[in-house]
Amino acid sequence: MADSGPLLVLTDVHKSYNPGQPNETEVLHGINLTLQRGEFCAVVGPSGSGKSTLLNLVGLLDRPSKGTLILAGQETTTLADTDLTRLRGRTIGFVFQYHHLLTAFTALENVMLPLLGDAGFPNAAMVERAAALIDSVGLTAWRDQPAGQLSGGQQQRVALARALAMNPVLLLADEPTGNLDTVSADAVFALLRKVNQEQRTSVLFVTHNPQIAARCDKTIEVVDGRVVTSG
Amino acid sequence: MSADTTQAKASPAPPQPRVASTWPRWQPFEWIVALRFLLEGRMQTAFIIMGVAIGVAVILFMSALLAGLQTNIVRRGLLGQAHIQVLPPKAVVRPLHEAANSSQAVQGAILQTPEQRVKSIDQWQALAAQIRGLPNVVVVSPSAAGAGLVLRGGSNRSINLQGIEPALYFRIVTMDDKLVAGSTRLAGTDILIGTELASDLGVRVGDKLHITTATGGDNTLTISGIFDLGNKGANARSTFLSLRTAQSLLGLPGGVSVLDVNVTDPYQAEVVAQAITAATGVVADSWIKVNAQFFVAINAQKSSSALIRAFVALSVAMGIASVLVVSVVQRSREIGILRAMGVTRPQVLRLFLIQGGLLGLGGAVAGSALGAAALFAWRLLVRNDDGTELFPIVLTPALLASGLVLATVTGLLAAFAPALRAARLDPVVAIRG
Repeated sequence: MADSGPLLVLTDVHKSYNPGQPNETEVLHGINLTLQRGEFCAVVGPSGSGKSTLLNLVGLLDRPSKGTLILAGQETTTLADTDLTRLRGRTIGFVFQYHHLLTAFTALENVMLPLLGDAGFPNAAMVERAAALIDSVGLTAWRDQPAGQLSGGQQQRVALARALAMNPVLLLADEPTGNLDTVSADAVFALLRKVNQEQRTSVLFVTHNPQIAARCDKTIEVVDGRVVTSG
Repeated sequence: MSADTTQAKASPAPPQPRVASTWPRWQPFEWIVALRFLLEGRMQTAFIIMGVAIGVAVILFMSALLAGLQTNIVRRGLLGQAHIQVLPPKAVVRPLHEAANSSQAVQGAILQTPEQRVKSIDQWQALAAQIRGLPNVVVVSPSAAGAGLVLRGGSNRSINLQGIEPALYFRIVTMDDKLVAGSTRLAGTDILIGTELASDLGVRVGDKLHITTATGGDNTLTISGIFDLGNKGANARSTFLSLRTAQSLLGLPGGVSVLDVNVTDPYQAEVVAQAITAATGVVADSWIKVNAQFFVAINAQKSSSALIRAFVALSVAMGIASVLVVSVVQRSREIGILRAMGVTRPQVLRLFLIQGGLLGLGGAVAGSALGAAALFAWRLLVRNDDGTELFPIVLTPALLASGLVLATVTGLLAAFAPALRAARLDPVVAIRG
């Protein structure tokens, strides 16, 4: 993985649904975007503008219909599914609007899951790493609680700890505070900021909240599938 | 990174943890997730395991019952007969042919079926020695058998006389466990008779019977033992006496009318019978050939049993598949999250296959216990009038193992379609729900 140069470069990225069909719909029209290492970038725009589609492409959950996407120096559009999945697991952390924790597992186990999925078998280092992350989000006393028994704010903090488990270079946050009260939202944003500042993890933060967007280093506005402002 | 504990401090103290946070080191990721998914849906898992268990129990119970029944029928049938009987050739009438070159002659003949007299097997001692030397042959016993009439006071009964060499014949038909009075001793004037005949004639051990035959033989014999062959007709007609006495009564001095042969594996009797015919040229009938209708019935029973088992296995598979299909739908968002965090499609496929296999295996273990309990109850409740077991039923380790393997493989196969569906889920669509 290249350590120099921009972390993420999107060049003329298009995304169409139902390509080649009469109902083909292009939702992203030639996106050009660069994200430097350690940048904390807000993505704003009206609903349906293509923010989530852009985030899915950047998160390697989906593939562009056209254009190139280079992540950490690696061209991703030509990678096989398994390679793409491994790259995603090792370089990107996700925090969604809804925490999406696995309720069959405890808070600690949820944080361990990405490490376990990558390594295949559990080990002591995983438990230590997950416990440290749980401590860092202030949930030490709740680490062995089933995820479903935690409050919304606690669950979102567990989701953040899980997103950091693989020590990713890029954090993608899709309205992670949109479903929280002000205190919990501030706490989650503060945690993301700390991760960004202390570990130089780049963050793409989708939000509808102009106050939160104003606290980011950079803002990208997406309107009708196009980046209209970046800076 | 420092802890943000604002909310944590404000929240109430957490209850005691319900779930342990560490896993055995040997357990791979897929097993851990599969087990936890199954445990989380306890009720669903319990119901499908019960369903599989009932299916497996039915298969095991039915298989053990049919195997026991079949073994019992075969065993009972073989207790009173030899595996192979070598008989003298039947008498036939051959027409006299005209000379081959007299093309003008018209040939016509009415062939009358000849009567079959009791006659001896030609050179039976040499033949018996030859058969004894063949592979898989355990014992060869010569017998002189024919019809006779027993007279006792004013009553008489027609009987089958079978002259035997006790040392050989009782290795084929074990008489000790069938004897209800007296002994199996067969000296010159001894005779063994069935319970029904003894009852009809009002005789006991030590009483005398006067025997006559159609060839003019007659003798007075002493009842040395009374047996029960488990068949009323056989008990009314069968008698055993020494070979020499029977030869004298039947007019077969030095001859025997049948060679009874037992082999190592009763189910190979027909093969050995054909080998005897091939080696000696005499007619040898196996019990399989003689009881052909019985084997047709056994095969029909096996086929219907296999069909029932197949349908039960199919219903088990459908049950597991339907539960996993529902599980995939219910967990699609979780699958999407797992995929987002780097879990590959093959890993997702495996974790659902494991669930199917575990449901099958769990159901098989429970079903084995259920089947064993049902068989135990059957043996306890369904008994003969005298309180003895109807017939022995054994749940063999091989049958249990086959049940476990069948159910587990069925679970794996049933899980394949839902597992494939889970593995193919588009993470974007799955997360969106």
